[in-house]
Amino acid sequence: MTLREGDIFLTMMKNKLSKIINLCYKSSKSSSASKNAPQKTVAFAGNPNVGKSSIFNRLTGLKQHTGNWPGKTVANARGEFYYKNKKFTLVDLPGTYSLLASSVEEGIARDFICFGNSDVVVIIVDSTCLERNLNLVLQIKEVAANTVICVNILDEAKRKGIHIDLDELAAQIDAPVVGTSASTGEGIKKLIEKIHDVSFDAQKYNKIKINYPDYIEDAIKRLKPLVEQSAKGKIDPRWLSLKLLDLESDKSLHHSLNTYLGFDILTNKNIANELHKIKNHLMSLGINEENLKDKVVSSIIKKAETIYNKCVKLDKEDYNSRDRKLDQILTSKLTGIPIMIALLFFIFWLTMVGANYPSELIANGLFYIQDQLTILFNNAGAPSWLHGILVLGIYRTAAWVVSVMLPPMAIFFPLFTILEDLGYLPRVAFNLDNYFRKANAHGKQALTMCMGFGCNACGVIGCRIIDSPRERLIATITNNFVPCNGRFPTLIAIITMFFSGLVAKEYTPLFSTILLTMTILIGIFATFLVSKILSKTILKGIHSSFTLELPPYRKPQIGKVIVRSIFDRTLFVLGRAVLVSAPAGFMIWLISNLKIGDLSILHYCTNFLDPFARLFGLDGVILMAFILGFPANEIVLPIIIMSYLCTGNLTDISSLDGLKVLLISHGWTYTTAICTMLFSLMHFPCGTTLLTIKKETNSAKWTFISFLIPTITGFVVCFALNLIINIVLFLR
Amino acid sequence: MPIKISPLDNLPANKKAVVVALLSSDNERRRNLDLGIVPGTNIKMLFESPNKNPKAYLIRGTVLALRNEDANKILIKANRDDS
Repeated sequence: MTLREGDIFLTMMKNKLSKIINLCYKSSKSSSASKNAPQKTVAFAGNPNVGKSSIFNRLTGLKQHTGNWPGKTVANARGEFYYKNKKFTLVDLPGTYSLLASSVEEGIARDFICFGNSDVVVIIVDSTCLERNLNLVLQIKEVAANTVICVNILDEAKRKGIHIDLDELAAQIDAPVVGTSASTGEGIKKLIEKIHDVSFDAQKYNKIKINYPDYIEDAIKRLKPLVEQSAKGKIDPRWLSLKLLDLESDKSLHHSLNTYLGFDILTNKNIANELHKIKNHLMSLGINEENLKDKVVSSIIKKAETIYNKCVKLDKEDYNSRDRKLDQILTSKLTGIPIMIALLFFIFWLTMVGANYPSELIANGLFYIQDQLTILFNNAGAPSWLHGILVLGIYRTAAWVVSVMLPPMAIFFPLFTILEDLGYLPRVAFNLDNYFRKANAHGKQALTMCMGFGCNACGVIGCRIIDSPRERLIATITNNFVPCNGRFPTLIAIITMFFSGLVAKEYTPLFSTILLTMTILIGIFATFLVSKILSKTILKGIHSSFTLELPPYRKPQIGKVIVRSIFDRTLFVLGRAVLVSAPAGFMIWLISNLKIGDLSILHYCTNFLDPFARLFGLDGVILMAFILGFPANEIVLPIIIMSYLCTGNLTDISSLDGLKVLLISHGWTYTTAICTMLFSLMHFPCGTTLLTIKKETNSAKWTFISFLIPTITGFVVCFALNLIINIVLFLR
Repeated sequence: MPIKISPLDNLPANKKAVVVALLSSDNERRRNLDLGIVPGTNIKMLFESPNKNPKAYLIRGTVLALRNEDANKILIKANRDDS
């Protein structure tokens, strides 16, 4: 699984909704592959945010989500390509700074590189910050001889006057080095050639030997023959000898090593004895495990520094001065947070203004088709129940989902993706970190919230970028306070119907945007508050350390962004919504037409819920819509509309004005509208999100808590608000 | 003149320094090391966030945001080439 939205939805669609597609997909795959072609496995490693996914996509033709912030890929994605009639399976590892595994994703990368038996490791490095990247290169090169170094983002480096001597780098590391620019595709062909060459002509390159201080080298020398005997060539003996020195404290590596070897190497008597002696000796020199680790890392970093100085020439020392100027504007005390809110506001404004007209157009078109369908059914003499189920149930609900959701998504997603590509999101995390710190949470939670705007399930998976389990849980539980694209159009529709008319026509878009921005800010505020409460109660603790890379700004490729976000994201999300809405529409039609006595089943359900729902400023239909919308929040508003339509005779619902009349005729007031919006913002996560939480936390308890906390928050807020409004109205 | 050693979070904007020692332990220490923060590393303080915490530093060509509490555990001395 990967963090990428497209991928997640693909998986969901495969699993849940369309097994047929899955079957076709599989059969086409196997038929296109010549089964006997020689196969090689290629691991893709690199620091976070070096354009690894872009290169991976270029090679495999897959469309994984990319963006300019660290931590998008948190688990292995696989893809494949063919070259010279040979098959290469690519494994995209999560971005890591090192193999010394202090987090889950680093453990995944380390295990695959050390024990995954890949034929080649491609290490992608960012040419604009090569020095730090070399640390990982050297660590990998210590265990893997067959590597290809891909110096990426070379166009950006050139622009900044950073000159990298690729031949010198190749000589220093003893590996082929290819310069690439993933955005333009430059160098990709050469990269493929090199992957091929290294895979099939393996003897040419050696592992790198890093010179450690004498006492470490002595220890390695003593352990190496014993390790060779015990591990029998399964692992590089020098590397394993080095690791043995602190294996006891590195639980994660120890575990992986045991699994790989099939036995616990520390139980080997000779090794244990020797290790004991070495440790005593080191202790007598005053060197403990911590010093040892420091020395190992320092040696690697010093080597990286030396190589960097040999290979890189800078035109000017402050090659990032333009970035710094931008940072000064985007993160300063005076302008940082105002610009952030202004940007959010601007995106919402464009979305609302832009979505209004197309929404109506699409609705008109789709309901025209509905009329034609009705005529067709009538002429064909179809029974009215068939027409009811297919046209009034399934088609009409799906039509609502499309017309309400498509336009805002088609505008919001590309705009947001542009910000993401630019590298702005880490600055948001930087600006907001202080509030998360005060809530004893992690600053990267802001990044998971940004993902939540797309899809809360993705936001939850994104929480893996937070190392501390406590802070990760906080981010997971509160992610739902950010409205995903399924709830976002609902908010827009309600605002447009009920509140935009409160001001003069020329101010309508502005006013609506202010309301939407305020709604989102309420959600963000709830996130801080609930995070803080969690830190004081069930997830007691103080914040862990926090390091966040602020990557260089990159020029977004606007054309590509638009195409990508519309086809990969928007249509995907929409497709899922429509697929979920069809059975929901069917069910609504069924329960509103099946009658017990005089009343439909729908009536019984909503009447039952009604008194309870009224406490929170909602009504029975609204609450039931949220419950039925559990599989996907997109269908909440359509269900409300459908339910009202089944009980009324209004036919003009092709515009939001007509809709408003429908809602008001069913007793909607401003209070209802506000409470519905707040409840949409704060209620139980959708089914997919909860399943994801279950998978990520591996705990029914935390899944249940993630269900409970936003729901209780929503009920409390709506109850309080409803009460206050009623008291005020009563006193007036 | 004795060399003045101070915690990293005291470093004013646009000033450079050299790491002398790390006071952190476990994961935090390892994370620092992974990012290339070892004794001898040059660090430049770049800019503050709106609330002065965290701050952004230039470390080995990368801009890293560190919270003041964490930067406090990194000891530095003034860089000699910095006038």
